[in-house]
Amino acid sequence: MKHIIIGNGPAGVVAAETLRRLQPQAEIALIGDEAEPPYARMAIPYLLQGDIDEHGTHLRKTHDHFTTHGIHLIQGRVSCIDSVVKQIQFASGERLHYDKLLIATGSHPLRPAIPGIDLANVHTCWTLDDARAIAAKAQPGSRVVQLGAGFIGCIILEALASRGVKLTVVEMGDRMVPRMMTAKAGAMIKRWVESKGVAVHVNTAISAIEQDGDALCVKLGAGGTALQADLVICAAGVRPNVDFLAGSGVEIGQGIRVDRGMRTSVPDIYAAGDVTEAPGFHSGLPQLNAIQPNAADQGRIAAINMAGGNAELQGSLAINVLDTLGLISTSFGHWQGKGDGVELVDEANFRYLSLQFEDDVLIGATSIGWTDHVGALRGLIQTRTRLGAWKARLMADPTQFMAAYLGAAQKAA
Amino acid sequence: MQKSLYIDASKCTGCLQCELACSFENYGMFNPSRSRIKVFNFEHAGRKVPYTCTQCADAWCMNACPVDAIRIDAVTGAKVVHEAVCVGCKVCTIACPFGTINYVAETGKVQKCDLCGGDPACATACPTGAITYVDADWTGFDRMRAWAGKTDTAPRASA
Repeated sequence: MKHIIIGNGPAGVVAAETLRRLQPQAEIALIGDEAEPPYARMAIPYLLQGDIDEHGTHLRKTHDHFTTHGIHLIQGRVSCIDSVVKQIQFASGERLHYDKLLIATGSHPLRPAIPGIDLANVHTCWTLDDARAIAAKAQPGSRVVQLGAGFIGCIILEALASRGVKLTVVEMGDRMVPRMMTAKAGAMIKRWVESKGVAVHVNTAISAIEQDGDALCVKLGAGGTALQADLVICAAGVRPNVDFLAGSGVEIGQGIRVDRGMRTSVPDIYAAGDVTEAPGFHSGLPQLNAIQPNAADQGRIAAINMAGGNAELQGSLAINVLDTLGLISTSFGHWQGKGDGVELVDEANFRYLSLQFEDDVLIGATSIGWTDHVGALRGLIQTRTRLGAWKARLMADPTQFMAAYLGAAQKAA
Repeated sequence: MQKSLYIDASKCTGCLQCELACSFENYGMFNPSRSRIKVFNFEHAGRKVPYTCTQCADAWCMNACPVDAIRIDAVTGAKVVHEAVCVGCKVCTIACPFGTINYVAETGKVQKCDLCGGDPACATACPTGAITYVDADWTGFDRMRAWAGKTDTAPRASA
């Protein structure tokens, strides 16, 4: 059996290891297009902060991990797939046969169509190469403008601020992390980061970036407010890496369409991780859900099925955790809610908790300032536990969510 | 034979000896807020329930960790946080549906039960036998682990 995995991020690596465990004799090739060992993009902010070195970003820490597990690492860029003869083709022209193929190619950062977005000191923050360039340019006192205050933007924000730069964030939405946080939570995070010396502009976009001697001139909105910057970081969202699949027959919406077993529309081709548009937990409809735990889960499920087993995704559930300059926030599931919920707001102490229900089942949650037992929020949502009497208790005091989890899901009390 | 923590909540009096022992074992201080085992007080039912990591076979926290900081102790089977590797990203804290791996702001790392290397201080300290360390086969934790480890991530409460 020849398994080929395109993409050596978390989904690809977990899939390769799972395949090895299930099929000791199989040939397993893991393909990445960067000149690095498999690494975690999620660790890049900690690299920029100086908490870890590059080795600390590696998904597996021993230098011979993949060799000892019989996983053949290949560096190359796959240019197309011929599903009729079951071959992949590299940009170099070389072809490889597969019996089962996993596409785990992840996503890439968007560069919005803004004049000047391709200037030398405008960077995305996505690869180790990006991180090296940013580390060299983001020095104490440097003027940095960041485009985007979504999840990735906020993670980078923390790293940049820790480097002592003068930071300005520009977000098109009406609050920070608008696709992860309720209005009150997003506003609270904005107030927090502003109190830490970060300038935040919401409801506005960058209209142009111009070279101004050694510096960049960043123009905001239609009015043309201008900011001087030494470095612009573009964190305007990501899109699945699917271009190489043109002509392959693999069905694509925004990402690769997969069923609950991570099968694509083409036999023996599977997909996992950020590149997929898998059924959502609540809607059952295809949705992008580019988060690490999701990628690892999907990689494992795909591998089990590639090895002839039978595993199914229950539906991808949005779960996020964010640390913005020490203020920790989370969101789970259908955090926007459907109108039946409770919101606890403590503006003075930067604490916030929102629980959203459908009938007596928790469907979503948002928190700021809670770190203990937050996983139980996922547990309650994912088990679709009927809360019974616990719903009224949570409506009265949402901080009792862990007790509710024990009481309702574990029947401990 | 691997052993695991067995918790019989009906024997718990809420004395918090386990929390004190855990924080002392791991941080050298008697501070329940640093404990990795937590006793929940159900006032309406008059019950106290100690709760900690179930050491899932296919642990969500371990699978979600982006930097391989959570690994299996080959002897005890515990899923152990390697602090020197942990970057403090907290992804494990939202991945664990049991809520038993938590971020510690003071250290910038996460903490969870590691079975104290095979001699759990909470079990030793428990005066009523509510927390014991017994052969894994004997415990309900195996059942929990069975559903915790399902790759369809569809845990159904059975414990």
